[in-house]
Amino acid sequence: MSKLRPSHKDKRAISFQEWMDGSVDPYLGNLEMKPQELKQETREQFEERMQDYARMNAQLYDTEKNTGVKLFRVVFQITSVIWVLLLIGILLLTVSHLPPNGNPDNPANNEVSQRYIERGLQETGAVNIVTGMILDYRAFDTFGESNVLFVATITVLILLRKNKKMHNELDMKEDPDEEKYEPESDNILKTVAKVLVPVIFVFGLYVILNGHLGPGGGFSGGAIMGAGLILYSITFGFEKTERFFTEKTYKWLSFIALTVYCVSKAYSFYTGANGLHSIIPLGTPGAILSSGLIFVLNICVGMVVTCTMYAFYAMFRKGEF
Amino acid sequence: MAFYQNIPFFSIFLAMFAGTVSSVLKRKAARIFNIIVISSIMIASAVLAVFLYREGISYTFMMGHFPAPWGNEIRAGVLEAGMALFFCVIMLLSMLGGHHKLDEEVEETKQNLYYVVVNLLLSSLLAMIYTNDLFTAYVFVEINTIAACGLIMIRQIGRTIEAAVRYMIMSLLGSGLFLVGLVVLYDLTGHLLMSNIREAVTSITANGEYTIPLLVSISLMSAGLAIKSALFPFHAWLPDAYGYSTASSAAMLSSLVSKGYIFLLIKIYYRVIGIDLIRSYRLTDVLFIFGLAGMIFGSLSAIKENDIRRMIAYSSVAQIGYIYMGIGMGTQAAMLASVYHILMHGATKSLLFIAAIGLTDVSGYSRQFIQITGAGYRNKIAGIGFTVGALSMVGFPGFSGFISKLLFAQAALQNNTGKMLSALIVLGISTILNAIYFMKTVIRIYTPVKDSEYPVRPLKEQKLYATVIVAFVICNLFLGLASVFIEEWIQKGLAIFG
Repeated sequence: MSKLRPSHKDKRAISFQEWMDGSVDPYLGNLEMKPQELKQETREQFEERMQDYARMNAQLYDTEKNTGVKLFRVVFQITSVIWVLLLIGILLLTVSHLPPNGNPDNPANNEVSQRYIERGLQETGAVNIVTGMILDYRAFDTFGESNVLFVATITVLILLRKNKKMHNELDMKEDPDEEKYEPESDNILKTVAKVLVPVIFVFGLYVILNGHLGPGGGFSGGAIMGAGLILYSITFGFEKTERFFTEKTYKWLSFIALTVYCVSKAYSFYTGANGLHSIIPLGTPGAILSSGLIFVLNICVGMVVTCTMYAFYAMFRKGEF
Repeated sequence: MAFYQNIPFFSIFLAMFAGTVSSVLKRKAARIFNIIVISSIMIASAVLAVFLYREGISYTFMMGHFPAPWGNEIRAGVLEAGMALFFCVIMLLSMLGGHHKLDEEVEETKQNLYYVVVNLLLSSLLAMIYTNDLFTAYVFVEINTIAACGLIMIRQIGRTIEAAVRYMIMSLLGSGLFLVGLVVLYDLTGHLLMSNIREAVTSITANGEYTIPLLVSISLMSAGLAIKSALFPFHAWLPDAYGYSTASSAAMLSSLVSKGYIFLLIKIYYRVIGIDLIRSYRLTDVLFIFGLAGMIFGSLSAIKENDIRRMIAYSSVAQIGYIYMGIGMGTQAAMLASVYHILMHGATKSLLFIAAIGLTDVSGYSRQFIQITGAGYRNKIAGIGFTVGALSMVGFPGFSGFISKLLFAQAALQNNTGKMLSALIVLGISTILNAIYFMKTVIRIYTPVKDSEYPVRPLKEQKLYATVIVAFVICNLFLGLASVFIEEWIQKGLAIFG
């Protein structure tokens, strides 16, 4: 036993040894070890423990009793305020040194925007210059943006999607709280939604399809469509929505949209970069079927945005479609 | 234009397309598809690298029908192609090495989502490497951030969710700072294309205009990317994110994700702003000091750690410090050392993470040091892999770590006395600290235990895993032994990088 209880002189060597082992066991050799009994507590004991825990926490963070916490809080608050003020000061100083707003000689008013404005219509075929910019001149960025939305939904799916298999194994087929997902039978909501939802869908479609001719486009139209879908499922319940929009619909819609975007833009980039002739016609500016790929891409972006909006809603509300 | 010049564009689009397709594939198909995609991009990048190395050129590629600055543009050179090749190799090995853990730790129905995220991560890394447009870089930084969150929390235990939340907050702060800096820079120059910004920046600094906004813009971008690449003291998100996520994720996060941001930062310094201007603003000195602090404090935290995975994670903080120290020195030789260190750390850290899971698997899945005693005998190949990784990290001659430390020391000698002395001293201290915690672990895994309760895992049961470890070791030895060739390649790349 004496070997297990070394004298205090070797303390350094011991702590080195402990560090090597990765273990610090203060009871070794000092206390008889007994296997712990399984803890069983009644409800009162549990409540008492929780109360103790709360009391302990309250005392721990009671600044009158724990000066360390008090000091930390004061220092933390003061430093953060100083930092934020400093940052605000720096940014205000920066803004005051920036080129004045609206000045025609600003660096941003250069040949780039000039060409967009002057030749945008004939080069892209889109009456709406903004659409022409984001879906033709800088279509690569927009493809990236749609993929940001896509990967965001995928991440939310990873985080929130219920594991159906596990649910079945745990015999949780009937969720007792299922009704709470369903709306209360609110007549005003239902009546208004009946009138509004078709209008919203039609307007959303209009905004998407009209993106190259007037204000609008895939992102805004998709947001409108998504909002309509969410309103529909709030009013009439998931069951009715699932008749036409399930997880499978979501999956395939975003797949088709992104694939069409990817393949068509890959073709366009390939021909553009290699100086080949592209077979995509620009059409007459102003007609609904015009401006080459922009029309198609707007629809794709609209589909992706709609799916993203609704998928977020369904995931956060229910954990599945 | 030669056909091989299409390779960067094809690689990015193939990776993005693969992300989309994986979302509708089943688990197994998605895995095979993912491996095929990574390997084909790897082969294509190798071809590109060979062609560009022979000709020693860099070229721009127009993304669409409109030339830059109106349209998007990517640019590939010797360094970019080699980096893409390297990232693909490491990603492929990390995926293969950790895939048995994926089956254990991730719900079956969510596994195909993992491949979606991985493919998109690859596309964003490639885009960050090749892009010649700052806004495109920002878009793909966003994809990279969200994908990395997915990688962390695909294994759903409390610690990974907490780590993902922390990563999200810190990383979005970084993206936000980067975006603000980008907006200010656009306001000053009127361009998003890197080469045009460079021209505009040269002319406005020659006229002495807009000094303050330019300095603020560059600082914001640097701070944003430093937060995202876990430079000390912004590393709070790192240990849990690397320590608890599934093995492939940890390997990719440590060796690829943070390196992508660093590569972007190097690009901004060399191509967008110009390193001379950065040096005259003394921004390099700030990075230098933070890098030195990271080298010390990262190692100290690693020494205190009692969990092997978290220890390796903390070691990353120190290694990121090395890279920033090189950027901070601001000379050509130091930049060479930094780029070499990116390669060395990428190859070694992923090896360590993959080897560590082999050790913990034969120790009852515990990561505490007391449990992994003697694990090197129970899983021989993992033990060898870990030892090679540890030796390389410490800087044992023959392995890649030695060369990178040598390059840093040589680069330090070209600086003024203050920087030289501090760099050399900290380099020495950091090497010793590295040796303390890595050698302790190696000794621990080769300390024999009598009648261990854990079973031995023979080589026959883990052929794929063993192959991956061997490939990693070869990769490491190649970097260490063929260093002259690698250095020449980096030098050639850096010469035409700006």
